Amino acid sequence: MKKEKNTTTQNGCSNENTLPHKWQYNLKYLIIGVLFGIVFVKAEVISWFRIQEMFRFQSFHMYGIIGSAVAVGIISVWLIKKLKIRTLEGNPISIPGKKFNKGQIYGGLIFGFGWAITGACPGPLFAQIGSGALAVTVTLLSAVLGTWLYGYFREKLPH
Amino acid sequence: MIEIIKQPWPWYIAGPLIGLTVPALLIAGNKSFGISSSLRHICAACIPANISFFNYNWKNEIWNLMFVLGIFLGGIIAAHFMMNTKEIMVNPALKTELTGYGITDYSNLVPKELMSFESLLTLRGFIIMIGGGILVGFGTRYAGGCTSGHAIMGLSNLQWPSLIATVSFMIGGLLMANIVLPFILSL
Repeated sequence: MKKEKNTTTQNGCSNENTLPHKWQYNLKYLIIGVLFGIVFVKAEVISWFRIQEMFRFQSFHMYGIIGSAVAVGIISVWLIKKLKIRTLEGNPISIPGKKFNKGQIYGGLIFGFGWAITGACPGPLFAQIGSGALAVTVTLLSAVLGTWLYGYFREKLPH
Repeated sequence: MIEIIKQPWPWYIAGPLIGLTVPALLIAGNKSFGISSSLRHICAACIPANISFFNYNWKNEIWNLMFVLGIFLGGIIAAHFMMNTKEIMVNPALKTELTGYGITDYSNLVPKELMSFESLLTLRGFIIMIGGGILVGFGTRYAGGCTSGHAIMGLSNLQWPSLIATVSFMIGGLLMANIVLPFILSL
């Protein structure tokens, strides 16, 4: 509802025509998301218990997942760069670099606190709700609020 | 085969599959893997409130919202068609610890005693669900990414700021889980 309001106030009607095309264009990301979400649930990455085990060094499971995911990611990115692989539409692939700022430390610690409490990063929150933990909607909305609060106080925070 | 799918998947299957999301998104349309940005786009779409940080054309980022919608749908599919009904296997030491806090239900991936609408009315549930959620949203945006954007995408692209962020996530989590969370759980 709110989204629609915004559409009309911010963008007028001029790009209404491109919307149907765009929606279909974005369908591939939905499909990748579905596959990703299934893995999340099936490997119990979204389990609060698995995250507690990880932070207590009681199980290798999460370390194995993150470690092997990064390994596959590093090889993939290296291959994409090496072979100059292009997108499905034939466009070049470019990955924006990350610039250091103190937020990565302060924000990183704050997120770490939240990760251990909720047993979820943002991705698993969506999958948890899908898997039937409807009350997690409250946690997701709180995370949206947290993001909003960051935007509100951004200028006053050390970066 | 179906039985194997219904078992919990081991790390060496799940980890590489999660890692493949990186090239999948890049090849699909030159998109860098990241999930916490979706929370920012939701703010930009619903409650921008004239804050410059939320003043951008979020419609250009609809792919990211479609991606997280997919994760939600994936959760539904996996939970309804691909699960066995067995309890989650948890390290006995953790089980002993959690029993002390009255957490004994292992039938869900998320403990019912903590994450439910009823527990919201308790101080413990309120801190965990709302306080924890705010920390996740605030921290990921402050850090410029979460486990996916920094720990997986950033490290895959060998970005040292992402390594700093990942180490900070882990330190924060270790401190919380081992020092502060026991107090919260005993509330």
